Amino acid sequence: MTTPLIEARKAGRILRGEITTTLVTDISLSVMPGEFVSITGPSGSGKSSLLYLLGLLDIPTEGEVLVGGEATRALDENHRADLRLAMLGFVFQFHFLLPEFSALDNVLLPMRALGRMKDAQMRNRATDLLTTLGLADHLWKRPDQLSGGQRQRVAIARALANQPSVILADEPTGNLDTVASAQVVSILRRIVDEEKKAVVIVTHDPGLAAKADRQIQIIDGRIASDGLSANQPATVAS
Amino acid sequence: MTLVIDIAWTHVTARLRQTFVGIFGVATGIGFSVMMAGLMEGSQNDFIRQLVDSMPHIAVTDEQRRAPIQPATEQFDAVEFRSLSTETERRGIKNPLALIEALESWIPGAVAPSVTTKALIHSGGRDLAVTVIGIDPKREARVSKLESQMKEGQLSSLFKASNAIILGDGLAQKLGVTVGATLSLATTTGTPVFARVVGLSHAGNRMTDDNQAVVLLKTAQILDGRTALINEIRIRVDDVMAAEEIANRVERQISYKSTSWQESHQDILSAFQIRNAIMVMVVGAILLVASFGTYNIISTITHEKTHDIAIMKSVGLRAATVRSIFVLEAAFIGGAGTIIGWILGYLLCFFVGMIEFRSGFTDMTHLPILYAPKHYAVAGGVGMLSSLIAGYFPARKAARVQPVDIIRGAS
Ligand SMILES: Nc1ncnc2c1ncn2[C@@H]1O[C@H](COP(=O)(O)OP(=O)(O)OP(=O)(O)O)[C@@H](O)[C@H]1O
Ligand SMILES: [Mg+2]
Repeated sequence: MTTPLIEARKAGRILRGEITTTLVTDISLSVMPGEFVSITGPSGSGKSSLLYLLGLLDIPTEGEVLVGGEATRALDENHRADLRLAMLGFVFQFHFLLPEFSALDNVLLPMRALGRMKDAQMRNRATDLLTTLGLADHLWKRPDQLSGGQRQRVAIARALANQPSVILADEPTGNLDTVASAQVVSILRRIVDEEKKAVVIVTHDPGLAAKADRQIQIIDGRIASDGLSANQPATVAS
Repeated sequence: MTLVIDIAWTHVTARLRQTFVGIFGVATGIGFSVMMAGLMEGSQNDFIRQLVDSMPHIAVTDEQRRAPIQPATEQFDAVEFRSLSTETERRGIKNPLALIEALESWIPGAVAPSVTTKALIHSGGRDLAVTVIGIDPKREARVSKLESQMKEGQLSSLFKASNAIILGDGLAQKLGVTVGATLSLATTTGTPVFARVVGLSHAGNRMTDDNQAVVLLKTAQILDGRTALINEIRIRVDDVMAAEEIANRVERQISYKSTSWQESHQDILSAFQIRNAIMVMVVGAILLVASFGTYNIISTITHEKTHDIAIMKSVGLRAATVRSIFVLEAAFIGGAGTIIGWILGYLLCFFVGMIEFRSGFTDMTHLPILYAPKHYAVAGGVGMLSSLIAGYFPARKAARVQPVDIIRGAS
């Protein structure tokens, strides 16, 4: 049996403040190579919170999150950062780009931080990624010179830069028109099919969710359903 | 690493105004520190040089440091003295020529005898108490600057008349006399003397110029009533800083009190120590204030850049990498500030050195400035270090940002 790329075992995140909030709880799921997973659910149900846990941006207060079979809850910050850099690509609900840097430089950021390629190679890869995403004419523009949808695509290119095993995207098509969002989905689809990577995508769009292999529904911080799309029978992950 | 440099460089160049304010702060701090140090040490050196030039480096006087030991003390273990009246000795250094010869044999420098006495000068109805110094002109030329300080006449002019006298120019002015005039000198102990003014000296120091007269050794001896005795041996050493050590050796050898310039000016030297301590504090305060500027800027940048920090950390940059970005920014500001500060410091020294300056006590005309690489190195080092420290704290705080807190907050 292949190791899941990401696995959650009864993971949960409780925010302790003036009022204790349960963001998500009792989450158990595995993301396997070649899987395209969508997460849906009402606003405020905990979809983003779940994605932060899976993406090692947040630490579960209960349970465990494993990346590549490695338990991560007890890892130190550096180790978690290294895993994020090499294994995970994140696209946030609200695009997060470095404002003073060009589209190209933003895409170069994770590659330069990882430092596994020569400068020219990195540049080529960043240019290719942006070109694939339809931004060939905008390489040198800063985020404030780009439209919302273009920025979102730069963020996707950045998430793909280090060829991560898993892409975690929080509403990546929220700002895009139908044509552009179809493009984004097909890019993600291709990564899953051709490179045996996994994609986990949070979306409100039922049409988009239907294009995923597997749909997970979150309600009130819990998994309400987890099943294969189309006419395949639904299975609930243990 | 180049990534860190790029990001840091982008941050500081994107905020040119703030960056310049920060650089200017550091530069001003370093510039003024360099100037302060140059001025303080320059004036101190100048003062010491004048001090050292104006007087013998070591003065051997006819005193003993301890009260004479009573014969009874040597004979018994316990002695009590009551109403002791010590024997009056004739004061003065006995056998001066032999002593001088003995000292000359090993001291690196020159030795000269002198007789110093207080006398009352009477001229044209005026009486002035002055210090009269009897010298041997040939030897004196080698132990003091007197020869070069002659304004009129020469040291050897003392041989021209039977009782010749050289007056400080300030003194001559007070007495209203010029070269060629005759004065009468009297002391409480010796024979009054009529002396002819044969020269005027100018040391540039009012204490000396207004109160000192120079005569031949024998004239002073007559005046003081102690023929064949002298009361001071003056020594000039080649290495000024060795004076203290040589003075101690002289004292051990001939048992007369031997005072180095350091000892006789202990008060001034310790005043310099206090002055230096004050300088260190002022310079430290200047540089500290300058580092507040750096702290302010780096704090502002880290604050404004919280989002960027969250992005970088979420992508997978380590906390240490993020921290080094901001420390490097502080280093840019500190480094640029240091270089500009050095230039500023040099210019300040240059212009302050041109300021005309007058005091009643000396005839220094410009503020003396010491140009020492040491000042630049220390000010630059401290400035740089305080910039780095000032940058480190906000950088450390920035590196601790948890990206999820920012990202959650943004949605
Ligand atoms: N910092 C916080 N403090 C308290 N509660 C929070 C905080 N952040 C999120 N929450 C709560 O946690 C719950 C889950 O939030 P989350 O952002 O994961 O929802 P979501 O499913 O992504 O919603 P949306 O579809 O609107 O993006 C929400 O009810 C939200 O109010
Ligand atoms: Mg959300």
